[in-house]
Formats: sequence, structure tokens, C-alpha cells
Amino acid sequence: MNSDVVLSMKNITITFPGVKALQNVDFTLRKGEIHALMGENGAGKSTLIKVLTGVYTRDSGDILLDGKSINNRSPEEAQQNCISTVFQEVNLCPNLSVAENIFVGHQPKKGIAIDWKKMNDRSAEILSGVGLTHIDVTRALGEYSVAIQQMVAIARAVNFNCKVLILDEPTSSLDDHEVANLFAVMNKLKSQGTGIIFVTHFLEQVYEVCDRITVLRNGELQGEFPIADLPRVKLVSTMLGHEFNELASIRSNRQDDSAESGKETIIRAVGLSHTGTIKPFDINIKKGEVVGLTGLLGSGRSELVRTLYCADKPDSGSLFFKSKKVKASEPIDSMRSGMAYLPEDRKEESIIADLSVRENMIIALQAKTGVFKLLPIAKQNELAEKYIKILNIKTPSPETLIKQLSGGNQQKVIIGRWLITHPDFLILDEPTRGIDVGTKTEIQKLVVQLASEGMTIVFISSEIDEMLRTVNRLCVLRDGKKVGELSNDNLTQQDVMAAIAGGDTNGN
Amino acid sequence: MRQSLKRSQLLLPVAALILMLVINVIITPSFFNISIKNGVLYGYTIDILNRSCELIILAVGMTLVVASSRGTDISVGAVEAVAAAVCVRLLGSSYDAYAVPVVFAVFMCLFAGAACGAFNGLLVSKFNIQPMIATLILFTAGRGIAQLTSARAINGVMVPGQILYVRMESFKYIGGFIPGCVMPTPVFIAAAFVLITMILLRKTALGMYIETVGINPKAGRLVGINSTLIIFFTYVFCGFASGLAGLISSSRIYSSDANNIGLNMELDAILAVALGGNSLGGGKFNIAGSVIGAITIQALTTGLYAMGVSADQLPVYKAVVVVLIVTLQSDEFKRVWGVYKLRRAAARGAA
Repeated sequence: MNSDVVLSMKNITITFPGVKALQNVDFTLRKGEIHALMGENGAGKSTLIKVLTGVYTRDSGDILLDGKSINNRSPEEAQQNCISTVFQEVNLCPNLSVAENIFVGHQPKKGIAIDWKKMNDRSAEILSGVGLTHIDVTRALGEYSVAIQQMVAIARAVNFNCKVLILDEPTSSLDDHEVANLFAVMNKLKSQGTGIIFVTHFLEQVYEVCDRITVLRNGELQGEFPIADLPRVKLVSTMLGHEFNELASIRSNRQDDSAESGKETIIRAVGLSHTGTIKPFDINIKKGEVVGLTGLLGSGRSELVRTLYCADKPDSGSLFFKSKKVKASEPIDSMRSGMAYLPEDRKEESIIADLSVRENMIIALQAKTGVFKLLPIAKQNELAEKYIKILNIKTPSPETLIKQLSGGNQQKVIIGRWLITHPDFLILDEPTRGIDVGTKTEIQKLVVQLASEGMTIVFISSEIDEMLRTVNRLCVLRDGKKVGELSNDNLTQQDVMAAIAGGDTNGN
Repeated sequence: MRQSLKRSQLLLPVAALILMLVINVIITPSFFNISIKNGVLYGYTIDILNRSCELIILAVGMTLVVASSRGTDISVGAVEAVAAAVCVRLLGSSYDAYAVPVVFAVFMCLFAGAACGAFNGLLVSKFNIQPMIATLILFTAGRGIAQLTSARAINGVMVPGQILYVRMESFKYIGGFIPGCVMPTPVFIAAAFVLITMILLRKTALGMYIETVGINPKAGRLVGINSTLIIFFTYVFCGFASGLAGLISSSRIYSSDANNIGLNMELDAILAVALGGNSLGGGKFNIAGSVIGAITIQALTTGLYAMGVSADQLPVYKAVVVVLIVTLQSDEFKRVWGVYKLRRAAARGAA
């Protein structure tokens, strides 16, 4: 058994300022196996990979390759130690030829000149080894599809006699046929004795090719399982965590739902879709309802709401807002009809870092009012101070730059930005990510309160218990498709995880 | 007051300007003397103010372009020449047998500037071409257009790039003096332009929109701001400013000189923006800073001329001063200076 082990990582710990990114994580890879590394955002998958490949330096722990201790200080060194990585975004040179890409850095030489013929012949040979037979190796890599580029990257790795091949989300940009090809190559390498670490968030694919699964959560090892011992539902619950306190105090008045069935429908989408991110979906949301969207990373939760808000313009289908057809082409149109959207990525899409808290708060209302009707400064200050108080935002003054606040307070400023516009329909995409527990609870309470005041809310969160506490109804998404809805009695952790996992919903 | 000045980004630009004035006084003791000759104000300071007007106007336009698009408009000098050529062509030179009213010529001059700006703006905002590349087109082609506009028949053949002289007394007032007024007219024009711009930015949400688009265009879009339109507007505005500067320049010399009007002005304008403490990376901006930066550059130029530096060598001296000022304002310098101060304090504490 022990002789089968090609790579073992023991007690890996790494700390970033303020965060334990990995705590005593063990990882073992055997010869000729495909090993899935699973976990939600921030679980520590990429950190572990980066420690292994020498991008990050670990604080403590050992890495043994074939029983010998190694210490990679850079990806180049990792490659010399026969550990190769293929990333989702292929990091080769698209303007060099396929053969050059495979051999760059160690070209076959004839005297001092490059032996082009040998290089091209060898390249064709290596590529046929990964199942690519009709490739002109002298053409630029960029002329080929991403799938082929990825294969070339794998071929390059194989050419380094790699013992450990890391595939980091290789299938994200591939279609079904290309994925099948990739899996064939992976199986072939496996039979040749290469150990493969496969990072992905597609459950289907894990169960299709992998032998073993290691699950991480919040930087901690949740366990290593042979694939047969870990059915989908159990995998999902391991990834998302078990703790589930039924904090009934915040839970919204779900019992009243049946009585509210007669209420006005605010949002009705029919066959709405955005190519490449979300397949056509229908959704109905009633006034005062809190609807949660759930699914794993990449399942299309954020993409669905982006399409509703017209942050990504829908390609097909129609959207009705208060039974009027919405003809939006830009977010401003959605805002005018009464929508508000708090995006998932606070830093990239929400905050305007160098502007003050006040400006960040009133900017949406200002945009709605129009550029030539500047809100009087007195009114701006009044609004800012009012919402700083309501939302309990900790800031030295309304004139402080938003970038100087903590994450939780920044998020509250953005929530304030949208509440100031008095929306009828509020979309909150991961409003509680990366903020402290106290603020999380405050935001959850606020959601329930706003809904009771008649606001309609879509709430997205990776934390299922948080959703269960706040929503009336859950829509479940998987692989870019809306696959079901849960409400009332079905709203339990067990059912939700079963729905997210899909496939054999019976549990075992 | 001291605290607010220190915290505001104006501290260094003001300090640079004061430094420049002090150096000037040392070189030329009579620097601050102002007298009245021939019924108008006369003196170094008046001269600096007067000569810096075009640069101030360009710098204001450039500030908005930099803030919104995180890039620079390098065509401003050439656009100045185009606008000047259009203006003089319409006014009718001494070779032409026609003349339009000054008001109409002025309007068309500004319109030509704005139209060039619109062309730049279209390329940058709509077609997403890098600002420097997009404006490179008019930077090179602009002077050609100006030369073609100022063609005149010599021996029956139209020859482009001729210097056309205006012979219309009232046109001279724009770059010179209005009879009975002791201050040069360009000072009033520049002051009015700066004032109107500031009012436009303060009394509407435009300033906030421009900053938002420059800081985080994605977030801007999601809160309903049309970044394409905002960026387009700043380029049109910058083109308009170039037109205004071209008008003043042509009036100063009563003619259109396609080869020399606005020559190298784009560099000075960008420099003025940077000297004003504005980040060339876009976002937050400060019009007052750019105005001070423009005056500083002119004070430097005038000072160097007073020292007897020839026009050819001027750029060398200018470069030295600019390197100094820009280094002093850089974040890296501030960081190093901060570390140095900390070390000094620590050493003193240890002792």
C-alpha cells in the first residue's frame, strides 16, 4: 500500500494575515489514481495546490514525493520535481507554435541551433499520446480551441515525465464532447501510473472519473473518502458543513405563506436565459416574499439574478415586473422600474473605493434622479446619516472614504445605497460573505424585516442555514439550470442538500 | 485650515508653485513688480498669468479626460491648430475677399474643437480603443487638416500650410486687450472657463459620475451610470477646451500657424494635470490642482527665459524640475520618506 503512494502532504499549515488558510491538512495521492479535491469557495483547495507547486510557502508541514522530502520554492522547481499543473485558463503562449509551446525551455538542439525537425516530430508523437492526431504542430497555439490548448498543456506536462498532474478546474470552459476527450486522456495517464489531482465543482464529473475524494472546508480537512463510500448527498453536506442551529427567532413567518398566495406577483420570468451562463428558466416571485437561490459554486445562482437585473442582458425569454413586460437593456432601466441589485463581488462591482461613504450611498439614487438634478448636499447628508444610523454602520464620518471601512461596514453602505432608492424588488447576492458574525445576523434580520414591510427579496448565500433562516422559498440550481423549488415542509437542511446534489436523492 | 490643506492634495502643487516663484524672485529681483505701461498692466507675474491661459484651459479639459478614461488625450495641441485654422479661414485673411462676423467664426472654432473631441471620444468610449492610440490619430492628422484648411493660392496653385493673417481689429481683442481694460483678455477667458467648469461639476452630479467611472466602471454601470456617455462627454469637453485655447493662440498672433500653434502643448497639459496632484490612473480629480500646475509650468518657462536659457534648451531644464516635482509627489517617495522618518524616530527613541 505504502509503496503506491506517490505524494503525501502532512500537517500543512499556512496563515495569511488574520486568516488560517490551511490548518494541519493532510493529503495523499497514490500512483495511478484520479483524486478529486473538493470544497466551496475559500475552503483552501487552491491554497493547497499553490503550496504544493511552490507559489506559497507553507508555515509548517511536510511534502513527500516518492518518500523523499521536497520543498518547492517556485512552480518551475515543482515541475523539475515532476509536479505539473494545468489551469483553467491555459497559461501557454498563444502566438508560439504548438511544438514550441510543448518544448519551450528545453528544446532539442543540434549543435547550438534548435533541431526543429526533431522538435516537431516529437511534438506530434507526444500529442498523439494524449489522443490528438490531426494537429499541425507548426501552427500557432492560439489558432486552436481552448480544449485543444488544454490538451497541449497536458501534453507538455506529460513530456516532463510528470508523476503528479494537477488539473485545476480544467472542464469549466469545455463542452460535453471535449470533457469526454479529456477524461479519456486522464484515464490513459492513470493507467500509465500518473497520479492526478482533479479540482472541479462539477459533481457529475467527480463521480464519473475519480477514485477518491478529499474534502476541505474553511481550511480544514474534512476527510478522505473512496468514491464508493461518499454518495452525493453526503459529499455536499461534508462540503457545506453540518452545523445547523435552527434559529427560529429570525425565521420568517413561513406559516403565513399559504394565506399570501393571493398576493400580487412582482416578478415573473419566462424562459429567460443568458448564453454560456444560465439556461432558460422560469420564476415567479410574489410581493413580500423572500426567495433564496441555492446551488454549488458555478451552478448559476449569481448568473440568474444578473439576468433578472439585466447586468447580463438576457438572450431569450421575457421578464414581467408587476405584470408589465420589462424592456431593459441596461441596469439603469431595471433600477427605474424598481429593482436593486447588490452584486456578489463587493470589491470589483459594488464599492467605489475612493469616494466617501456619503457618495457611495447616494450614487444610485442620484443616477436614478438624473445627472442634472444634483441631490442637494443637505439632503445627501440627511440620507447618509439616516441610513448610517438605521444600518448601524461604523464609520468616523459620512465623508470617510469607503475603502477605509471594514468589509462588513462596506457591505452595509452598499445595502444602504439600495435602500435609499426605495426598491420594490431587492436582489442580495452573497450579502454576508466575508463579514463578521454579528453583522451577518443584522443583515439577516434586516432582510426579514424589509420583507414584512412589503419588499420582495431574492437572497443568495453559500451558507444553507442562513438561507433557511431567512427565506420563504428556495430555488435550486445545478450546472446553470434551475432544477427545482423547495418550500415550507421541504425546507430542511437534508432536503436542500439532496436537491443541490441531484442524482440519487435517496441519500445512500 | 492648515490641517485641511495638508490633507488635501493641493499641498504639494501649491508648494511647488511657491518654490518656483521664490526661485524666480532670486533670479530676477524685479519679479513681483507690476507697472502700467501704455495703459495696460506690465510685469513678470502678469506675463506668466497671460501666457499660461491656454495651458490652464487645456489642463482643465485634460483633467476630466484622465479622470474618466484613465488615459490622456494627446491630440489637444493639434486640435488647437485645427480650431485656429478654421477660425482664421472663416474670418477671411488678407488674401481672401470675404469675412464672416467674429461671433460666427468663434462659434465654428469652438465647434471644430468639440467635433475633434467627439471623434476621439467615439473611438475611446464606444470602440474601447486605448486613449493614447485613439488620440494619436488626430495628434498626427490634426496638423495636416489644419494645413489643408489654411491653404492659399500661390501662382494659381493651392498650397497648404500657409500662414494666413487676419486683418480684423476686433479679433485681436481675444488674445490681447479690450480697449480700456488693463488686464489681458485671455486671463478673463481662462478664469471664466475654469469657473464655469467648476460650477458645472459642482452643481450637477457630473463630477461624481466622472470619478465613479474612473474608479470603478463596473460598479458605476450597476448603479445606473452610462460610462460610455460620460467618457464621450469628457473627450468632447476636452476638444472644446482645445478649440478655446486655439482661438486665443490664433488671436495672439492675428493669424493661423498650422505648424506652431499648440506645438507640444499636449505634454505640458498632461504635466499640469500630474503636477496638480491628480493621479494619471483616473478617478478622483482636482481642477484647482491642474490650474496651479499649469501656472507652475509657465512660471518655470518664464523663469528660465529670464535666466537667458534659449528656447531649444528649455526642455532640458524643464525636465529636471519636472522629475524633481513628480518624484516628490510619488507614492513610492512618500513611502520611503515615511520609513525614513520612522527609523529616525526609532533611533531617537533608542538613544
